[in-house]
Amino acid sequence: MSDNKQVTRTGTGAEQEQQRAVLPAVDVFEDAGGITLLADMPGVPKDRLELKIEGDALLIEGGVQAQTPEGLEAVYAEVRVPRYRRSFTLSRDLDTARIEANLKDGVLTLRIPKQAHAQPRRIAVTAG
Amino acid sequence: MYESILNHPNSLFGEFERLRRELDDVFGVSGLPSSIRSVAPGTVPAINVGRTPNSVEIYAFAPGLDASKVEVTIDRGVLRISGERASGIPNGDAKVQVYTRERGTGSFTRAISLPADVDPGQVNASYRDGVLRVSVARRESAQPKRITVQ
Repeated sequence: MSDNKQVTRTGTGAEQEQQRAVLPAVDVFEDAGGITLLADMPGVPKDRLELKIEGDALLIEGGVQAQTPEGLEAVYAEVRVPRYRRSFTLSRDLDTARIEANLKDGVLTLRIPKQAHAQPRRIAVTAG
Repeated sequence: MYESILNHPNSLFGEFERLRRELDDVFGVSGLPSSIRSVAPGTVPAINVGRTPNSVEIYAFAPGLDASKVEVTIDRGVLRISGERASGIPNGDAKVQVYTRERGTGSFTRAISLPADVDPGQVNASYRDGVLRVSVARRESAQPKRITVQ
């Protein structure tokens, strides 16, 4: 299987770096202050998590750190691809400079606040 | 198989991938019969099992759990892992709009039958980065040893 992969990827230039990955399950919800994203990435330690913002694209990627003892022989495997990757398109009302990220017990929490001017505010109506 | 063209879960090939997985489930990847306690793919938490000459290692990919509330039991050669996960989405707040809800919540149990040569008295469980690792030692009598020829 791995031989096959090598052959198809030779000479594809930039895409050569692309490794096989699975989509992590996410929850996305919005409140008045911004959007919160929760992503399940079990097995990913902080130093193997990568968050990238390019323009309005947010990329989440993480590699599973194997905690395998010496001489481990796989008997049964449901998780076969040790990498998660998923990208999202952000909208202009979100402030990408103030994104907060937290990784705890394999759950990534991203808080993407809205731009100050995009926060809801009440518009006073003056009687004329 | 043709893994390289099956990379995109949303593509047409995603369907073939699903079919391949189902076939794998029915016939087993290496033609071996599957366990009577095996469950459908996508069940939370996903489990990997491996063995070394000294132990059997079980990895449960269960993110976002409170380690003190995870229950691991061994009864008559069956290892059971159970726990519960709360939803990360605030409940009952009318101002919160939910767009995607894919992460599983609620209680879960998974059972794995252990090989006969394990020692249920020597079990280690640890939880790191959302992966629960259970290590069950194998009996000394089952470990490989050198036999001296007389």
